[in-house]
Amino acid sequence: MRFMLLMIPHGYETAAPGTIPDDVDAVAAMMAYNESMQKAGVLISCDGLHPPSMGARVSFPGRKPKVVDGPFAEAKEVLGGYWIIDVPSRADAIEWATRCPGSENEVIEVRQIQEIADFPPDVQALTTEFASMQAAKKA
Amino acid sequence: MGAPEGRGDKAAIHRTIEAVWRIESARIIATVARMVRDVGLAEELAQDALVSALEQWPGAGVPDNPAAWLTAVAKRRALDRLRHGQLAERKAPEIGRELDAQHEMAQADFAEAVDAALDDDIGDDLLRLVFTACHPVLSTDARVALTLRLMGGLATDEIARAFLVPEATVAQRIVRAKRTLLEARVPFEVPRRHDLEARLASVLEVLYLIFNEGYSATAGDDWMRPALCEEAMRLGRIVAELMPDASEVHGLVALMEIQASRTAARVGASGEPVLLLEQNRARWDQMLIRRGLAGLARAEALGGAFGPYALQAAIAACHGRARTADDTDWPRIAALYDALAELSPSPIVELNRAVALSMAFGPAAGLEVVDALMGEPALQAYHLLPAVRGDLLLKLGRRDEARREFDRAASLTRNTRERTLLLARARACAASES
Repeated sequence: MRFMLLMIPHGYETAAPGTIPDDVDAVAAMMAYNESMQKAGVLISCDGLHPPSMGARVSFPGRKPKVVDGPFAEAKEVLGGYWIIDVPSRADAIEWATRCPGSENEVIEVRQIQEIADFPPDVQALTTEFASMQAAKKA
Repeated sequence: MGAPEGRGDKAAIHRTIEAVWRIESARIIATVARMVRDVGLAEELAQDALVSALEQWPGAGVPDNPAAWLTAVAKRRALDRLRHGQLAERKAPEIGRELDAQHEMAQADFAEAVDAALDDDIGDDLLRLVFTACHPVLSTDARVALTLRLMGGLATDEIARAFLVPEATVAQRIVRAKRTLLEARVPFEVPRRHDLEARLASVLEVLYLIFNEGYSATAGDDWMRPALCEEAMRLGRIVAELMPDASEVHGLVALMEIQASRTAARVGASGEPVLLLEQNRARWDQMLIRRGLAGLARAEALGGAFGPYALQAAIAACHGRARTADDTDWPRIAALYDALAELSPSPIVELNRAVALSMAFGPAAGLEVVDALMGEPALQAYHLLPAVRGDLLLKLGRRDEARREFDRAASLTRNTRERTLLLARARACAASES
């Protein structure tokens, strides 16, 4: 089963645009961690995200889209990056998360990725195009 | 020592230990096997460490670096064993030093521990373990069981469930395999250059067997069987990381990933098998296809000619890339089958080549190859040979001959659904004749 490990670094919600990890030791440790997952055959993909100050939020007050550029005043926690791993159980995913060389301000949220097979049959029927949508997006 | 919140209760700690074991067991066994030169003993010692964890962690909490803890305990047991054994004098000081280093590592911070865990020694040890578990001195069944046991951290009962055989059978295979390795004095090593290719083929064969056992299953527990495919892919990715320059390893992983991408589409609503060209491609797992294509590109980038796995992956990739069945690049598939038939000729490859040729260049081109196969002893009872021939004859308008082939194919298949389908096709030929 696939899991997403969501890295939530406290303070990242106010990070200046262009903020990039620059602590060589921390990055090296993180790369070693990534490599350990790759060598265990469980790593599917991983990415870091630019701070929210470079992003935008689209909300739907009154069901009408409204665009707000970052940084977002009310944001308490934001995503800094993620890993997608393929492991046999939730406990395995949590165990991998505990091995991350995270710093004090970071939290990793472990979330299972929905597979089409998880949906009831009638819902599955509605999602048959989902895989090709995923393909189109990434193509 | 720290017991992270939410992992405090006993059941949770047991789940954690199970997860740690799955992640670490192969490395621990490999490390200890290098010390004691005996995979059977190494596994026993690693299991002792696991038992210690089961005894101590529920009370003391999960250590900050569980891998180092388990490794240190397993090494200490190994040292005790060696001290009492004949090898003690020669090896003990060396192992003692390693053990001290291990203790230091256990207390160092995590980054260093990961660095240490990633050093080449451990990678080499894992590779030695793969090659030892897949040693040709063992029967194929034994290689499969031992690989899943030592590399996958699967328990004997899990392997037995996956292969639908009694647990006692698997247990015996594993015990015998370990004894055979010991008695044959199989060295715990990665084979040298000239042997490497032949031995690597054995490793890849074992991984593909594990995969196919899960993929081709039509019976059994539907939870464990897909798990076998996943396990084979995971083990393949490990070997690919350990031997990044071996293009066939990337080829095999790509082949498994692209085939696995079709899992959800291979079975219809009432459990009937759905043929590749009739599958709902929207149900193919695009992530696996992308990974497979990337693996194939990696194999390609290494240069040289493709081996049989990479060639099969390239064929699978042609289907994976086609958004509809009509988009399939049949001339390329036919060319890839030509190459495969040359590299590893077999009647089955030849039959597949015939189908590809007919799709690319018309039924007559395929029929020529199929006709040449008719005398092939290995295919005398193989229902797909008359089924394919019937299909090609029908496309050529030779209905009477086609009907006889469909009837013959129906008499050869043991699958009820398939027989019904073939008889219907035979009837259709007869009906349109009159």
